[in-house]
Amino acid sequence: MELPASPKHPPQPYMNPYLAGIGIGVALLAAFVLVGRGLGASGAFNSTIAWLVSSVAPDYAHGNRFLAGYLDGDHPLKSWLVFEVAGVFAGALLSGLLAHRAALVVERGPRISVAGRLVLAFIGGVLMAFGAAFARGCTSGQALTGGSLLNLGSWVFMLSVFGGAYAVAWLVRRQWR
Amino acid sequence: MMAPLAKLGYFGDEVGLVIAFAIGIGFGFFLERAGFGSAKKLVAQFYLRDLAVFKVMFSAIVTAMLGVTYLAWAGVLDLSLVYLVPTYWVAQLVGGLVLGVGFVVGGYCPGTSIASTATGRIDGMVYVLGFAFGTLGFAVASPVLDGLLGAGELGPTTLPDALGAPRGVVVFLVVVLAVVGFAGASWIEHKLAARDAVAPK
Repeated sequence: MELPASPKHPPQPYMNPYLAGIGIGVALLAAFVLVGRGLGASGAFNSTIAWLVSSVAPDYAHGNRFLAGYLDGDHPLKSWLVFEVAGVFAGALLSGLLAHRAALVVERGPRISVAGRLVLAFIGGVLMAFGAAFARGCTSGQALTGGSLLNLGSWVFMLSVFGGAYAVAWLVRRQWR
Repeated sequence: MMAPLAKLGYFGDEVGLVIAFAIGIGFGFFLERAGFGSAKKLVAQFYLRDLAVFKVMFSAIVTAMLGVTYLAWAGVLDLSLVYLVPTYWVAQLVGGLVLGVGFVVGGYCPGTSIASTATGRIDGMVYVLGFAFGTLGFAVASPVLDGLLGAGELGPTTLPDALGAPRGVVVFLVVVLAVVGFAGASWIEHKLAARDAVAPK
């Protein structure tokens, strides 16, 4: 199934944000009711890295407290979040294809080069990995999941994310606008 | 009590993984439907031109919050069995700030980077590589960062616990906050759209 955009099939407009939010909320509620835990994303990265390091340097991985936390019990990739994130990939691909929005492009503003944008994307990823590790979760595992469970730390985290982003948005405006 | 089903032994780990994949499909589908596979759509939140991030996030939070609150009140869901990430408020404050900076620099958060990669965004794929590299970097540095990582430890704590207020009151306040926020967000969007039409940027 290949459904890229074309003159006959332009990318469709996005869904109403409140309806999309309710859709995500129902998926989250289903996770609470069925398995007693919420959604996440950064944890899947942690499991994958722990698995990669443990296959190259098992002694180091088991001696590192952060990595070892993802290595107890079964195979590190046999985890709730790894399977959930695989589903996120499949679901997003399905939605993107149906709406003719799937395309190999670099998203950037008019005032930045492709290389500049990719360097910033990489740096942003590195920063976020540190942020998510300190916070014990990301926008999915903390803000959405913990937010709806009225978790104190999640609300502190959520306000802090918006604060950090608004504080530096002006400095990197040339990337986007 | 009937739920959470997995914790009450209705099914095992293998079935749980199938459910994880199915729930992930729903999450990813609606993330992409909302436009969150696109960095430009996401970061418009931080330039106040499109507040979809706030609107989607808070309608999801309110939906799930009202759902668990109702099911717990009706005696269907045992909330004490739903996993609550322990609070380390200092670490989470610092982590949130770093993550917020990374969001507007990188253009995605971990979940939306998966949606963007799935729909072909090359910057999303590079972000994923950066996140993987950063995770490895954090693991290597973690023995040195231990102090900050454990700062502000309070254990599993909810807002009602911290405020000493009944859960229902806090739920009501969050709904009010969301509704006022939605109205304010639309007001800001219209205001700035009108201003941009006169003098772009």
